[in-house]
Amino acid sequence: MRFYEYEARKIVELAGIPVTKYGFCTSADEARKVAEEIGGPVVIKSQVLTGGRMKAGGVKFADTPDEAAQHAEEILKLEINGHMPRGVLVDPKAEVKQEYYASVVWDGTAKKPLMLFSDMGGIDIEEVAETHPDHVGKGHVSNLLPIGDFEAKQVVAATGVTGSQLNRATPVLARLARLFRDNDMTLAEINPLAELTDGSFVALDAHMEMENEAVGRQKKLLRKELGIAEDDTRETYEPSDFEKNVAAIDAADHRGVIQGKDHGFTGNLGLVIGAGGGSLTLTDAVRNQGGQPANYSEIGGNPSVAKACGLAKEVLEKDGVEKIAVMMSIVSNTRVDIVARGVIKACLELGKDPGETIAIFRIPGAWEDEGFKILEKYGVEYCDRSVSMWEAAGRAVSKIQGAAA
Amino acid sequence: MSILLSKDTTFIVQGITGREAVNLTKECLDYGSKIVGGVTPGRKGREVHGVPVFDTVAQAVEHHGGPIDGSVVTVPPAFTKDAVLEAIENGIKLIVIVTERIPRGDVAQMVELAEMRGARIIGPNCLGLIVPEVCKMGGIGGPAKDAAKAYQPGRVGVMSRSGGMTTEISSSLTQAGLGVSTAVSIGGDAIIGSTYAELMPYFEADEQTEAIVIYTEPGGRMEAQLAEWVKDNNSRLPIVAFMAGKFMDDEEMKGMSFGHAGTIVEGKEDTATEKIARLEAAGIRVVERIDEIPDVVKEKLGAAA
Repeated sequence: MRFYEYEARKIVELAGIPVTKYGFCTSADEARKVAEEIGGPVVIKSQVLTGGRMKAGGVKFADTPDEAAQHAEEILKLEINGHMPRGVLVDPKAEVKQEYYASVVWDGTAKKPLMLFSDMGGIDIEEVAETHPDHVGKGHVSNLLPIGDFEAKQVVAATGVTGSQLNRATPVLARLARLFRDNDMTLAEINPLAELTDGSFVALDAHMEMENEAVGRQKKLLRKELGIAEDDTRETYEPSDFEKNVAAIDAADHRGVIQGKDHGFTGNLGLVIGAGGGSLTLTDAVRNQGGQPANYSEIGGNPSVAKACGLAKEVLEKDGVEKIAVMMSIVSNTRVDIVARGVIKACLELGKDPGETIAIFRIPGAWEDEGFKILEKYGVEYCDRSVSMWEAAGRAVSKIQGAAA
Repeated sequence: MSILLSKDTTFIVQGITGREAVNLTKECLDYGSKIVGGVTPGRKGREVHGVPVFDTVAQAVEHHGGPIDGSVVTVPPAFTKDAVLEAIENGIKLIVIVTERIPRGDVAQMVELAEMRGARIIGPNCLGLIVPEVCKMGGIGGPAKDAAKAYQPGRVGVMSRSGGMTTEISSSLTQAGLGVSTAVSIGGDAIIGSTYAELMPYFEADEQTEAIVIYTEPGGRMEAQLAEWVKDNNSRLPIVAFMAGKFMDDEEMKGMSFGHAGTIVEGKEDTATEKIARLEAAGIRVVERIDEIPDVVKEKLGAAA
């Protein structure tokens, strides 16, 4: 789950890391008031869940409250990369002496959080790591033991930073590591971490992401501290009707799991496929043999006839879908006969001939003899494990191409 | 020979009274595995397919009268961490975590404690492991007769991020007469207990294993780690890899997750294209088509002989 900058700043603040006196506003009037309270030059920043704000004109400076209000009005109407802003953040224009970088991410190989620090802040850290590796400090922290300030100190010191800067930056990085662990973050980044002309350190911008699996147990932070609504899930894109309908069919029945996605798919061959790895393999196999999938889907965990039927119907009703391919890797839990019944039912209910509509049925495994008997009755072409997933996908592709020709 | 399991391996099932766990218990018992107890808090005194149920792992160990080798953990995500820590602190050295949707922080904690205690975790979000005709630990391969059809003893070690594809690939190796030495469903999450590289030393030490097949997906750094391991260790085992989810490299799929929680392209190094290049640079053969696997393994074995 991604956070807006104003939320990320709040998270940082809650962890005891200094921030500037910022205000989140949803109108020009509010922006004027915050600018008045700040009293001095301010920055107005668009609050969108996408990068490239500066380039798109979503960040502007103002010397007076009126100017701040004017900029806020413009930025509130400005769409950036297809996203409308949630509001603007009004921030005092900081007198920055130097910019630093601090972050914590997962290291999946070490299976531990990794602290990163650089005295070259404000720019892309991956670029710094490539061009100036001696300016990037790194260090893992334990998942179990308390995180000591000394661990952060070692990382900061590795970049050559010393003096009061070392002593000011150390607690910031240590607190960032603790908040990463305590709040189930997958990314906790302060960039830039600014040293102001008075020598103090503040987080001028922050970027936070929380693991979706942990959202349920972070309710206190999400609902109480940040006021994020339960239905504000922040998907990377708006789900399509197909995706919503499949999710609704899945939620209506606890037996088995189905999933459907069509974001980025525009073909004519509907895919009723499974399970996780099998779906990935089969989608590639269709595409690599010249087929054009209309969607991606997953069947698993032994769904009911109604669920398999529901998924197949949704796929068949998609615009431009001429045939469906029903394919899975060998199943040991999901029953072949149940999926067969489901997809045949879907064809019949839509007034289609299963033998014509189902390009291929390739699901070997549990209850396959029963399943194959049903398929035979309706004239559906099926195959067992002696036909590979690649070959089954190829047969489906040549059928639909033959039909189109 | 085999890795991690033998015909004498004893294990318990934590969460044994759940619907999936009851099936899994029957499947493993039918296959000949030695399940010596089950744990569900508050259900002490019951039996599941003749296996006694206890409230705590300690009670199961006491009833068994000695150390228990392993545990299959299939409890809801919110309780998994505690169950795994309980297993580790009661001397269990091999833990298969079936549960999916466990937050990464919890997984990392379990793995860190396991390392401290000399225990090994397989999973989470996996189907376990199987040594054909010897022992099946987890739902891998399904009911005993189905597992027997897909998994025959043989020369190839299999590791896969997808449970279903573990069986699909093993079945093709069985059909081709190559068979399987040990197959491990390692799990589909971003952080898992045992990666390819971490299991390689076991296969390396196993005389029965003559080649390795891995099934892999976009997301994470596990393949880069395997490539490093292969370069550093001068392995005797030829490795054949299959990469699924190449379509995820398309621009419009960036940031989307498919298949498994760990299958998401977050950075440049996560893409299928990048991973294939890394594996190939380490001398690992990456096949284009899933059905090429048995022939390429045969070719590699022929070259080695």
